Amino acid sequence: MRVSFTVNGRRHEADDVWEGESLLFVLRERLGLPGSKNACEQGECGSCTVRLDGEVVCACLVAAGQAQGREVRTVEGLADGAGPPGGLAPIQQAFVDAGAVQCGFCTPGLLVTADALLERQPSPSDADIREALSGNLCRCTGYEKILDAVRLAAARSAAGAAPTAPGPEAPPAPRSEPEPGE
Amino acid sequence: MTGTTFGAVPWGPPLGEPVPRLDGRAKVTGSARYAADHTPAGCAHAWPVPAPVAKGTVTAVHRAAAMAEPGALSVLAHDDAPRLGDADDRTLAVLQSPRIAHRGQVVALAVAETLPAARAMAAAVRIECAPVPPDLELTPEHPRLVTPEGAESAQGDFPAAFHGAQVRIDAVYSIPPLHNHPMEPHAATAQWLGGRLVVFDSSQGSNAVRDALAALFELEPDQVSVVSEHVGGGFGAKGTPRPHVVLAAMAAMAVNRPVKLALPRGLLPALTGYRASTLQRVRLGADTEGRVRAIAHEVDTYTSPLSPDWRERATQPTRSLYAAPHRLTRERVAPLDVPSPSWMRAPGECSGMFAVESAMDELAVACAMDPIELRARNEPDVDPHTGRPFSSRHLVECLRAGADRFGWADRDPAPAMRRQGRLLIGSGVAASTYPAEVIPSSARAHANPGGGFLVEINATDIGTGARTVLAQIAASTLGIGVDELEIDIGRTDLPRAPLAGGSCGTASWGWAVHKACGELSRRIDEHQGAVPAGGLTVTVDTTEDLATDDQYTRRSFGAQFAEVAVDVDTGEARVRRLLGVFAAGRILNPRTARSQLLGGMIMGLSMALTETSTLDLAFGDHPERDLASYHVASCADVREIDVHWLAEEDSRLNPMGSKGIGELGIVGTAAAVTNAIHHATGVRVRDLPAQPDALLEAMIAQGRI
Ligand code: FES
Ligand code: FES
Repeated sequence: MRVSFTVNGRRHEADDVWEGESLLFVLRERLGLPGSKNACEQGECGSCTVRLDGEVVCACLVAAGQAQGREVRTVEGLADGAGPPGGLAPIQQAFVDAGAVQCGFCTPGLLVTADALLERQPSPSDADIREALSGNLCRCTGYEKILDAVRLAAARSAAGAAPTAPGPEAPPAPRSEPEPGE
Repeated sequence: MTGTTFGAVPWGPPLGEPVPRLDGRAKVTGSARYAADHTPAGCAHAWPVPAPVAKGTVTAVHRAAAMAEPGALSVLAHDDAPRLGDADDRTLAVLQSPRIAHRGQVVALAVAETLPAARAMAAAVRIECAPVPPDLELTPEHPRLVTPEGAESAQGDFPAAFHGAQVRIDAVYSIPPLHNHPMEPHAATAQWLGGRLVVFDSSQGSNAVRDALAALFELEPDQVSVVSEHVGGGFGAKGTPRPHVVLAAMAAMAVNRPVKLALPRGLLPALTGYRASTLQRVRLGADTEGRVRAIAHEVDTYTSPLSPDWRERATQPTRSLYAAPHRLTRERVAPLDVPSPSWMRAPGECSGMFAVESAMDELAVACAMDPIELRARNEPDVDPHTGRPFSSRHLVECLRAGADRFGWADRDPAPAMRRQGRLLIGSGVAASTYPAEVIPSSARAHANPGGGFLVEINATDIGTGARTVLAQIAASTLGIGVDELEIDIGRTDLPRAPLAGGSCGTASWGWAVHKACGELSRRIDEHQGAVPAGGLTVTVDTTEDLATDDQYTRRSFGAQFAEVAVDVDTGEARVRRLLGVFAAGRILNPRTARSQLLGGMIMGLSMALTETSTLDLAFGDHPERDLASYHVASCADVREIDVHWLAEEDSRLNPMGSKGIGELGIVGTAAAVTNAIHHATGVRVRDLPAQPDALLEAMIAQGRI
């Protein structure tokens, strides 16, 4: 079948798509957008996270045909409209500044998830961040710096910093959160 | 290595600064290319067919249904695959024999126009085999358990000293098989260009991959190029060449076009190594003041027929850890018909330190001593195993500094005394240690006539920040800023360098980079500071710098502190606070170092509480081999976590004065957590992980709740 949809604002068509093909496969292998990663192919790790009509989805679990006529945003398009061309989206800049990247394999999925979180909730609590990000596994960083990056991006946008200008240097101190059983 | 043959890198910015990762931008924009992200024109896709039994012989490979799939190109199996030379690693001799050595071994490879087609083909291939009953179970009585050469050590008279000790601990600890699961599954994209083989591989060391491919395909090494520009973690699983890269190259040869093979997550445990399970008996004999007189650590583990020389060397840290005149260590290993175990983050050390540091906690309780004081009391003057001095050792300082930060002073040692609602609260401590080694490396430094420098070395950045820290070392040696040079790593056509593994990457590569840049500076001075047209290039190798006799034991040390809360209704243990204080020489980049140490600690936390696997006796492989059934920590599992380090000066290491930090963070964490669980609940966890059902049952059985 032929599937046509929009990726990062550009129309794409893929021909001879087999009905079992995932959106992730089409993005990576047919459209030349390998930023979204394949790390489990069964919805467990979040490395393939993209937005589908704004919704956060695991691209490995979406059949390509389901994207017909819809709009996909991947890590490659995160910075679109976020400032001058070649600039970084605030969440991307925050990941670099907070040192939230190690091997980088989980990073594209985490960025898409975190970006969606901040769009929904510009100043999330720590519990909100943990909840939102807990479907994205990272085997390298220990998560602490990833949380810092999300806090930093939130603090910068609260301070009204321009997307690529450095805002607050350090993320605000973590807010305490309740613990089950307490 | 005497530690006197090198000049030191000038200490000061940019070395020691938190320079942001040079590849950060590429990684956050999705433009960093990993092995599976390369799709050369005409690229075909491969998918493996795993052995359906644990042991036996393939008697027939039925290809017809597979070849009828649209887009089918080939099904390779032992009966038609290209013959390979010998690479001295039997896991790489893929599709060479009908014999099945373990469940999951690749017995056929489907190659097709597209990935979905290759998968459909692989599902349609029918393997007929003659199974043989496999030997899968490790028991202390296993008749094939042997103690290999060098796997035991003895000093004094352990049996007599233990027998005569006033306080004795004799306990058996177990660790299940554990899986590395780097987020990037192993992948390779291979193509033959004329007689040359070009491969993009997810590897921790592409020189070893090139050597293996050259041997297997009977090529000269310079006919093979391996690129590992960005690698999505490895933790040892990518430390040696793995079968996928050979399969990709073989398939590319067979179908005469580029082939990409990305292993499915579920095949990683069978094909890329794992931490073999260990059964560990630790015996400590001490006086009532906590002075250890006798220490024994005995480990039983297993390997596979394909990796006969492998073993999880879990007694290694014990040899150098605490003073005691009477000592015994022994490792026994049985060859089982299982997938090949291999390196997983801090192999040996991580396993062994769980047992020893748990036993030390048991001894502290038995002697009614503070566990930090107990460790301080047993601090050796020299390495008790070799008699050599330590180049530096600040374990006690780490324990004390950690105690201050953690608020250890107020701790009431009595177990099961602190209750908050449904939660029992406790804290625990354990030591960390890892060898600090160096391997010979080469490097090249080039000065451009118009200004600017280029540093080239086939180092691999598996997420550690190698690019960044090597640029810092080069810049500090040359006396320039990081932005005045370019660093090029991650390809075999660069100067040969060892793997990113054993926590010795930065030390080994950094030494070569420092040497190249130092000599380049001298050459520039000879030209009165003016770089001639055509530039200046220096290529160096550190083999001779490292060749002299060793006089020191070089190790990093650390102390980890955990506070846990155990739910008395569910048995669930959660880590509320985790603190690591480390002494690892000079920290060359605090930003990347912190993240690596934190990552190691979280992997240790995950080992303590959630990571577990089983070697299934009916099935012959690990049922928990995907991320749904094998639970690695997610960000919801991690609460307050902190890392500090001491300003440790050690001039006997390498020009940077640094010790590796990639593995240190995972060593000891599990014991700190389970020691805290004991403090919280009175239950001693000797079998990892501490899962709710077992903990609840033990609390009930001991009348704790
Ligand atoms: S690859 Fe889609 S969730 Fe893991
Ligand atoms: S940075 Fe490697 S998995 Fe997250």
